[in-house]
Order: sequence, then C-alpha cells, then structure tokens
Amino acid sequence: MDISILPPELIRIVISAVIIIAFVFLNAMVLGYAERKLAGYIMRRPGPMEVGPQGILQLMIDGVKLIGKQLIVPKESGHALFRIAPLLAFIPVGLAFVVIPFSDKLQARDLDVGLVFMLAIMSVNVVAVLVAGWSSNNKYSLFGAIRSVAQNVAYEIPMLLSLLSVVLMANTLSLKGIVLAQHPVWYVVCQPLAFIIYFVAGLAETNRAPFDLPEAESELTAGFHTEYSGMSFSLFILAEYTNMFFVCSIAVVLFLGGWSGIPLPFYAYSGGIWFLLKVYALLFVMIWVRWTYPRVRFDQLLNFCWKYLIPFSLVNLMLTAILVKLWPVVF
Amino acid sequence: MFAYKCIAEALFVFFIAVTFTGGYFAVRAKYIMHAVMGLAVSLLGIAGLYFHLGSPFLAMMQVLIYVGAVCIIIAFGIMVGPKPQADEEKRVLGKRNALLAGAACLLGFGLLTVTVVQATWVPATVKTGDMTVRFLGESLLNQFCLSFELISVILLTAIIGALIIANIGKEEAES
Repeated sequence: MDISILPPELIRIVISAVIIIAFVFLNAMVLGYAERKLAGYIMRRPGPMEVGPQGILQLMIDGVKLIGKQLIVPKESGHALFRIAPLLAFIPVGLAFVVIPFSDKLQARDLDVGLVFMLAIMSVNVVAVLVAGWSSNNKYSLFGAIRSVAQNVAYEIPMLLSLLSVVLMANTLSLKGIVLAQHPVWYVVCQPLAFIIYFVAGLAETNRAPFDLPEAESELTAGFHTEYSGMSFSLFILAEYTNMFFVCSIAVVLFLGGWSGIPLPFYAYSGGIWFLLKVYALLFVMIWVRWTYPRVRFDQLLNFCWKYLIPFSLVNLMLTAILVKLWPVVF
Repeated sequence: MFAYKCIAEALFVFFIAVTFTGGYFAVRAKYIMHAVMGLAVSLLGIAGLYFHLGSPFLAMMQVLIYVGAVCIIIAFGIMVGPKPQADEEKRVLGKRNALLAGAACLLGFGLLTVTVVQATWVPATVKTGDMTVRFLGESLLNQFCLSFELISVILLTAIIGALIIANIGKEEAES
C-alpha cells in the first residue's frame, strides 16, 4: 500500500505511539532491573545474577514469563470492571508523553497548559486503582484501594501547591516555557522547600515506599493487585514505573532546568541526554529511599500530609506570591 | 486537509458516543459502583468534547476535578455509607415515581431543546484559539468575578456542612 496518500500527521501519530509504548516497556525493564540490583547492594547481596552477565537479562525473561501466564479471573469478581482496570491504569500513561519536553526540539506538543495536562493524566490512575480494588471482591484489595485513594487525594494538594509556586515564578504553565524561564538559575535554588515537598508528595502519589501502604506486602499480601496475574498484573507495574518516570520528569522540568546542561560531545543529542540523566538520577533516589526507610503507619502518613506538608506549601506559595509581586525583576 | 476534517468529525461523533454510553451505564447499571464508573466515562467524553471545541484547559480541569476527584468522592461515599436496603428501593421504584421521573426528564430535555433551537448563535468571526490560561484568568477575575466568588461561597458551605456532619457522627460515637 502506498502510504503517501495518508495524512502525514496520522503517520506521525502511529509512529510516536509505537515509540512511546516501546519506551514504556524499556523504562520498566531498566527500572525493574535497577530496583532489584540496588535493593541487592543495599542489603549486601548481589541481586539477580543468573540470566546474562550480572543478571542483566533477568527482566526480559520475567517479561516472557508474565506474557505466558494464565489470566486468572476470580469467580466472584465484577468481571468487566476487573478486566478494564489494568487498561485504565495503562492507557493514560502513554498520553502524558505528549507534553514532556525531552529536549529543545524533542517534544510532541507544547500545550500552553502542559503541566495541568500531565497532572490530569496522572489523576486518572486513582480511578484505576479504585476499580481494581473494588472489582476484585477481596478485602485485601479493597483495603489497598481505599488506602491508595485516601493517600492520593491528600497528597495531591501539597503537590499542586508546590508546583503552583514555581508556576508563579515562571509565569506560564507550558513545560517548555518553564524550562526556558529558569535559564540562569534553576528553580531548585530559589524554591528548595517546594522541591522537597513535591518530591515527598510524588513518592506518595506513586505509592512508593515509605508510603507504599496500598500494597504493603506484610499486611495486605499485595494490596489492590492481589488478584491480578500475568499481563494484567504487569500492566499495573508498567503503569507504576511510568508514573515514577513522570513524577521525576516533572521535577526535572520544573526544578532542575529540564534539558539544559553543559553541551556534551554529541551536540545535537546533548539536551535529551541531560534530561534523561537527571530523570534517572531522581529515580535512583526514589529506589534508594524505598530500600532505606521503613514503611510509615497510616495515621502518620495522613498527619504528615495535613499537618506539615500542606501548611508549609501554603506558606511557601504565599511568600513566593509576595516576593514575585515586590521584586518582579529579580524573580 | 480533507482527511483531518474527517478525523476531527469522527472524533466528535466518538466523544458524543462515549458520553451517551457512559450516561446509559450510569442510569441502567445493576450495581451502584458500575453507575459511578459510567458517570466517569460520560464525564471523560465531555472532556473530549471540550478538547474538540478548542479549550484544552477546560478539558484538563474536567478530567482532574470530575474524573479524578468527584467520582472518587462518590465512590467513597458509597463504600462508607450504609448498604441500600431492598425494600427501601422498592418504595422508590413505584409506578408513579417512574412516571414523575420520566416527565421531569422530558421537561428538562424540552426546555434545553427550545433554548438551543431558539437562541441566535453568533459564529466566532475568527477562531483565534484564545482560550489561553491568561485569557481565562483575566475573564474570571474581571468579567465573571461575581460567579467566581459565588463558587467559592459554595465550597465554603460544603466544607462547613462536612464539618457539621463529621461532628454529629463524633457525638453519636461518644454517647
């Protein structure tokens, strides 16, 4: 078939969808391997060693295993919703890639509300978790889902407030505009508190330790995805790893100067390389935190959010607003 | 260009179909949880319509607030609230009530249709794509300042109501 009769935009969409899905899987593989290897080193054991040199092919084998596994649907579950939930978690994940500015030119669409777009996409994840937990018809799943939703709804507030103070300084919601606005000084320097609050809230948003109560394996077996097996389980894991990537890329775009950095030897690609380097450095911190801190209790989790993070982010936002108004030249 | 137009029209029809399907499931669902999910799908379809009409900000807010928050709150209400009793439902599902509900729906639909048909729609002379955040903010704080403030009053009322309800529950638990 002659594809030249098709509109070029359509071909671009198809190709970028393929690239995005490939990237989602690749990212999950890299992160999964990094997580297991780092967990190993932190616990003073070698981690996966058997498949390939240093166990580097372990995740590929795991993927094949998960694809080959049977999808078990519990008899008493809500069938349709039970099957839809993993898709609901996975599909929005691809959408957020539309606005991520990987580098100066490597961005699909520079929406003027890019930041809101990413946050909206990430908020759909809560619905997926709730549907999964409810339709499994299992008390562990339901408890996991309730915890996850309570935690996500609470931590979304400090997250948005801390991002808002950056938006006030940059004067735009477009991700590209925010990167360009922090040309001489990265916002992590002027907004250290907002950065810390955002990162903590981001850990909670992605259900990562020490806030991994929704899937606390010692009390809830596996939380909301207890009943899922095979690929429907791995869709949840893929969504989780991709959401981690999003949280870190928002942090990089808003606080760490996006793609900017010292030009590298491959000049044309140096922006993208810097961006990915920064994102994976933050992801490394996320994994590091997970294997270092014990899980918090649920009341501690909510108290920490409502009594510390939200007041601090509100104060930070007000201070930023006042300073931006008083010295518009400096900020 | 023709192909793009076709795709846009197809998406428009698709979003309407999504909205209607979600609404149908929300009304006809056997379990109330399915109804909430139907509502979420319907609201997603409406967000798609906003996007189609060139207001991505509104679409994003629709997803962020309605799908990500309101539906979740409704689901929570269902899970935390008392279990619906079968005989109570029978009382609600009488023939007279069905007739009344149908009449109310038809009346609302008729009112909307009359307004839509009778209104003189001024077509935008130039589609500037001016629905930027700056434009929205300025019009919210200048032209629509009153409605903006009224919405915050509604939110305040909701917060006070929630506090009162929570306090009543606390007193009952203590006594």
